[in-house]
Amino acid sequence: MSNGYDFAFAIGGAAGQGIATPGNILARIFVRRGLHLHAYNAYQSIIRGGHILLTVRVSDEEVLTHGDGLDLLLCLNQDTMTRHARHLGDGGHVIFNSDDVSPAEVASGVELCGLPVKELTNDNRNKLVQNTVGLGAMLNLMGADFAVLEETLKLQFGRKGQEVVEENVSMARAGFDYAKEHFHPFKKRLPQGKKPLAVWTGNDALAMGAAAAGVKFYAAYPMSPSSGILHWMAKNARELGIMVRQIEDEIGVANVVIGAAHTGARAMCGTSGGGFALMTEALGAAAMMEIPVVFVTVQRAGPSTGVPTKTEQGDLWQVLGASQGDFERIVVAPKNALDAFDTIPELFNLVDLYQCPGIVLSDLLISEGTFSVDPDEVDMQPSIERGALILDGNASDGYERYKDTSTGISPRAVPGLEGYVHVVATDEHDEDGVLISDEFTNPHKRRKMVEKRARKLASFFDKVEAPKIEGPDDADVTLVGWGSTHGVLAEARDLLEGRGVTANQLSIKWIKPFHSDAVTRALSKAKKIIVVENNHSGQFYRYLRSETGITAQGHIRKYDGEPFQPHHVVNGVLDHLGEKKDVERDVFVPYQEILV
Amino acid sequence: MATTTLTELKPKDFKGKVDPDWCPGCGDFGLLNAVQKALAELGRRPHEVLCVSGIGCSSNFPGFINTYGMHTLHGRALAVATGAKFANHELTVIATGGDGDGYGIGGNHFAHTARRNVDLTYLVMNNQIYGLTTGQVSPSSSLGMKTKSTPFGNLERPVNPITSSIMNGATYVARGFSGHGKQLVTLIREAILHKGFSLVDVFSPCVTFNHDNTYDFFRGRIKKLEDEGHDPTDWKSACEKAMEWDDTIYTGLFFKNEEVPTLHELEPVLDEGGPIAHRKPGLTKEQGARILKRMM
Repeated sequence: MSNGYDFAFAIGGAAGQGIATPGNILARIFVRRGLHLHAYNAYQSIIRGGHILLTVRVSDEEVLTHGDGLDLLLCLNQDTMTRHARHLGDGGHVIFNSDDVSPAEVASGVELCGLPVKELTNDNRNKLVQNTVGLGAMLNLMGADFAVLEETLKLQFGRKGQEVVEENVSMARAGFDYAKEHFHPFKKRLPQGKKPLAVWTGNDALAMGAAAAGVKFYAAYPMSPSSGILHWMAKNARELGIMVRQIEDEIGVANVVIGAAHTGARAMCGTSGGGFALMTEALGAAAMMEIPVVFVTVQRAGPSTGVPTKTEQGDLWQVLGASQGDFERIVVAPKNALDAFDTIPELFNLVDLYQCPGIVLSDLLISEGTFSVDPDEVDMQPSIERGALILDGNASDGYERYKDTSTGISPRAVPGLEGYVHVVATDEHDEDGVLISDEFTNPHKRRKMVEKRARKLASFFDKVEAPKIEGPDDADVTLVGWGSTHGVLAEARDLLEGRGVTANQLSIKWIKPFHSDAVTRALSKAKKIIVVENNHSGQFYRYLRSETGITAQGHIRKYDGEPFQPHHVVNGVLDHLGEKKDVERDVFVPYQEILV
Repeated sequence: MATTTLTELKPKDFKGKVDPDWCPGCGDFGLLNAVQKALAELGRRPHEVLCVSGIGCSSNFPGFINTYGMHTLHGRALAVATGAKFANHELTVIATGGDGDGYGIGGNHFAHTARRNVDLTYLVMNNQIYGLTTGQVSPSSSLGMKTKSTPFGNLERPVNPITSSIMNGATYVARGFSGHGKQLVTLIREAILHKGFSLVDVFSPCVTFNHDNTYDFFRGRIKKLEDEGHDPTDWKSACEKAMEWDDTIYTGLFFKNEEVPTLHELEPVLDEGGPIAHRKPGLTKEQGARILKRMM
C-alpha cells in the first residue's frame, strides 16, 4: 500500500438519512483531486431505517480494499455513535450533531467533534442539513480548501437550481468554519494526486464494458446487487443505441436475450444468484442451439434469497453446474471493477468465437463497491471479433447451421438472410438443425454433435491469459483466491511482510475452462497453499482439487456476509503458520464484523 | 436484407426439410397447411419469416416448415420470439405452441407479451390435453375430463385464452379450428398482417389421447363469428361470445384493436431506423469520451 497518504472515513446512519449524497460528493472531490479510493457500503435490505455504514478509503496510490481501520467517523444518528465510535484509535475524529447525538465512550486520543447544527444553520429544519454541515467539518479536518467543496456542491446540486446550491454551500461553510475554530485537524493534509481520476461502481464498469463490447440488447429483472447494471443501461441506452428491457421474470429475461442474440445482436442479461437459478434452463438452451449469450450474475449471500444486501462467493458451483446435461460454458470471475470492464468485451469475443454461453461471476463487493479509475486505462473501443458470423450476403445452397468442422465451430447465419434458412433446436439435432428424434434417434449423429460442441473450446487456453504467481517465488505461503479476493490478498501480502512472513498469491479469473496445467505448474513450488474464499464450504478449495488434484494445506473462509478485510487474511495466515500467539491483536475491534 | 426476383410462391415452397411425425389425423396438420397457405398468399419469402416454438407435439412445427426456425424450451417460445422481434423488427415472427406450453408453463410470458403488444403472431395448437407426454390434463382441458393424471375427472376449470388475452391487452384475438382450413388461413393471414400481438387459438384435436374434444365434437358446435355479424372492436361482446361453450362454440375474429402502437414503434432506440441487430457494434470515440467524462 501507499507509503504516503492512506486515510479512511465512514458515514453512518439509517437508510433514508442521506448517506449516499455526502459519500458521492466526497468521492467526487477525491477523484477530481487525483486521489484513489475504494468505498464499501454495508447496508440492510430496507428502504428506511436500519443501519448503514459507508466506508471510504482514500490514498495517493491505488486502493485495493476498504481497509482495516477508520480515521474519521461522521455519525448521522446515535446508533452510529454507539456502534462505531469505539472502533477509532488514537488520532481519530468523530463528528456528530451535538443537538441530537450524545458522545459515546471513545479510546484515548480520539477527538469528539460535536457540531451544534441548529445554531450553525439558524434552526434550518431540513432533515439533511446535518449531512452538509458534517461534510464541511470533515473537509476542514482533512485539510482541504473550502473552494474545493464549494465547486463540487455546485456540480452536485446545480441541476436543482441556484437556491439549493447556495443553501448547501452556506451550510457546508458553517460546518467548515466551526471545525476550523473548534477542532484539531488531521496532521496529514489531503494531498494532491497526479491527475484527475474518475469514479465508478463495479456494476457501472460491467455495463460500460458491455456498451464498449457492442452489446445492443440488455434485459434484466431487478435484483440486488445486480440492478446497477440495469440502471446504467437504462439511463444511457438511448444515447448509445442499446435496447434495454425489463422483463417479467428471469426466465423470460434469459430467453428474450437468446432470441435477440440469435438475430445477430450482441445480447447480455444480468442478475444475482436467485435469478440465475431461474435462467439455468435457458443457459443450456443457448449451449445446445449454440447461441452466444453473456449472463452476468452478481453473487450475494445465499442460499435462496439469503441476505440480499450482503456479499459472498457462494455461487461457484451453481454456475458450474447450471442446467442439465453435459456441455461447455465459459465462466469468468473478474478481480475488480476495471477488470470487470475489460472482461466483458473479451468474453463477448470468446462466446462469439465459440458460440456458447458465457457467465460473469461478480459479487456484491465488486458490483456495488465504488472505485476510482484512471480514465486513460478505460478502453471504450476494444476490439470486437464476432467469429464465424454471417450477417449479410447470399448463401450457396446446402447451408448447414451445425456443420461438423474440424474446430467444431460452424458458421452462424442469422435469420433474415436469403439462402441460409435453417432451424436451431434445443432438442439434439443433426448438422442441418433437423431434430434427430424427427427421423429416428440416431446414436451416431448424437455422438457426433456432442463431440463437435465439446471440441469448440479446445483452443480456449491459447486465447486467455493463464493465472500467474504474484509475489516472490519462494514465499512461505501461497495464497490462492478467485474473483474479488484479488485485492485483499495483495494487501494482506504486504502486511504479512511486515510480520516477517513472505507470501505470494495466485488469483484465478478464468474459472471454466480451467487452466489446470498452468495452475498445477504455478503451485508446484508452493510451500504452503492456503485458499481464501468468501464462503463456508470451500467451493473453490474443492474445485481446485477436482481440476488439478492439488489439495491446499489450509483455507481461510468468511461467510458472515461482509467481505474480507486485510487483517482477516493476515490473522488467518499467521494462525495457519502456528504463530497465533505472536499475533498482535489490533487495537480496535474490526468494525465491519459487528455491523448491522 | 437480400432480395431476389420475386416469383409467386406456393404453399409447397414452405414445406420443411422433414415430413411431420404427428399422428395421422392430428389437428396440427390443419394449422401447418394453413400457415403455409397464408405465408404464400402474403408473398412472404421463407427467409423473411422466423417461426419460434416451445416444446410439445405442436412445437416441432418449425422443423416442418421452410422458414427460419427456433425450437426452444417448454413455454418459452414467446419470450424468445419477443427477443428476436426486438432485435430485428423487420422479421415476420410467428410463435407456435400448444395449450400446455402456452397457457400453462408459458402463462406468464403469454400475459406479458400481450400486454407489451409485441408485433408477433402466436398460433396455439389447442388440443386440450398433453399429447407428447401421453395424455395428461392441460390448462385448457374441460372440467371433469378423465386423463391419466386425472382418473377421477379434472377438478380445475379450464383457462379461456380468448378472454384472458383480451384482458391482458392483446390487440388481435381469434380462434380457429383445424378442420376449417379456409377460415383458418384468413385468420392467420390477418394475424400476421396485424401490427401488434395477435393470438390465434386453434382447436387441433388430439386423435390419440383426447376422446372428448374430437373433430365431431367441434363440428357439431362451431359457429363462425363472421356469420353472426360480430363487431371485433366490441370487447364486451367478444368476451361474451368467448364464454360460450356447451352447445355453441364460436370461431373467427373475436377482438381487434388497431389503435395501440406496437412496442417496437414506441422504442426510442429504434428511432434512428434499422434493426439493432444490423447496427455496427461498439461505441464511437465521441460516445466513449462522453461517458468517461460523466464519471469524473
